[in-house]
Amino acid sequence: MKTIADLLHEHPFFHGLEECDLQFLASCGENCVYHDGDYLAQENNPANHFFLIRSGRVTVETFVPNRGALCLLTLHGGDIFGWSWLFPPYISAFDARAQGDVRSLRLGGECLRNKCEEDPKLGFELMKRFAKIATERLQSARIQLLDIYGSPSAQSHAT
Amino acid sequence: MTPSIYQVIHRQEEFAGTFTLRLQVQRKNRTNPPMRFNPGQFNMLYAFGTGESAISFSGLACGRELEGEGSILIHTIRAQGNVTRALECLREGDTLGVRGPFGQGWPLQKAKGKELLIIAGGLGLAPLRPVIYAALEGRLAANKVRLFYGARHPSELLYREELESWAKQIEQEISVDHGDGTWPGHIGVITDPLQAARIDGANTVAFLCGPEIMMRFCIQALLRKGVPASAISLSMERNMKCATGLCGHCQWGPNFICKDGPVFCYEDIRPWLQIRSL
Repeated sequence: MKTIADLLHEHPFFHGLEECDLQFLASCGENCVYHDGDYLAQENNPANHFFLIRSGRVTVETFVPNRGALCLLTLHGGDIFGWSWLFPPYISAFDARAQGDVRSLRLGGECLRNKCEEDPKLGFELMKRFAKIATERLQSARIQLLDIYGSPSAQSHAT
Repeated sequence: MTPSIYQVIHRQEEFAGTFTLRLQVQRKNRTNPPMRFNPGQFNMLYAFGTGESAISFSGLACGRELEGEGSILIHTIRAQGNVTRALECLREGDTLGVRGPFGQGWPLQKAKGKELLIIAGGLGLAPLRPVIYAALEGRLAANKVRLFYGARHPSELLYREELESWAKQIEQEISVDHGDGTWPGHIGVITDPLQAARIDGANTVAFLCGPEIMMRFCIQALLRKGVPASAISLSMERNMKCATGLCGHCQWGPNFICKDGPVFCYEDIRPWLQIRSL
């Protein structure tokens, strides 16, 4: 049976991290399965966990009155969800909902913060990884905002 | 070059403002040799009384439909200017002028023995559809073909029925910018699944077509994955007039898009992509 450290090792977010660091972080983690419609996190609720998605599909949503849940993006195996546990007030900014069965590892936010304080070198390494993903998500959101497929330039050579 | 007269034999609305025309040369001209084209080339479609527009082939390349019927051409068009809006008004039985084929197509030979990534955004799937047909018919010697296709909304995906049938033979990653609970695929920009994909950069070639900004970001993702600049081809878009490299309307750096393109190797045009005034 695989240990939490083994599962951390398999997830792309932790690729290349020292074995001793994974062992150090493993005590914060637990293996979770979510079923269709289950919420991993909910907007305005305490952000207690950092999620590593192992398989399945998760929608990141926000609720708009009279329109319902609007999906902003989908996450899949190999992705991560949630960094609101990093900063006060530790409140989730969006909903994260399972679409079908989702297997994930979740790490306790407070536990992770304490580990990062305890080992600043590891903390900095994790921050760099978060920053990279946050930057990619920001870039994607900016491209989404441009609505590029709706612009005239999408047409092939059209007059 | 004088336009030949073609008749619309079938018109299909893909979604609001985007349609596909099947064109057949008029009976009196059927003794002429059928038009042969390579995937990625384009025709100038002439809406009488309005003008011409450059539209890529989106149908069979040197296809089997030619036999006995004269040339049947397939073009997918978005109505967004005077000419394309006039083309939108054409119905079955109506006629239009066709000049072509023009330009340089996709370098299919580069896919030999490699993994081919077909990366399309929005209407950019249309010029790549002949490449997909070539792959499905075994005319590409690629080891593997994968399609990455991004669109604004599920209702704005081109060739939806075909996409489903292609999925049996070609691995697909389809992403929409905006989806609802009924959309089972990826929601977000197409660069996300591209970045998440496992790609053996050294043994990969990529063909891209779509909005220029989408292609720029996809190229960055491909380069990060080790795909050489020489293995990336993209189809560029500029307004064209003569289509033969004489008028200069589509000049882009030292290139004429109509004659030297529209498909270029990224390695050759990289400097020009960075110049904003071009």
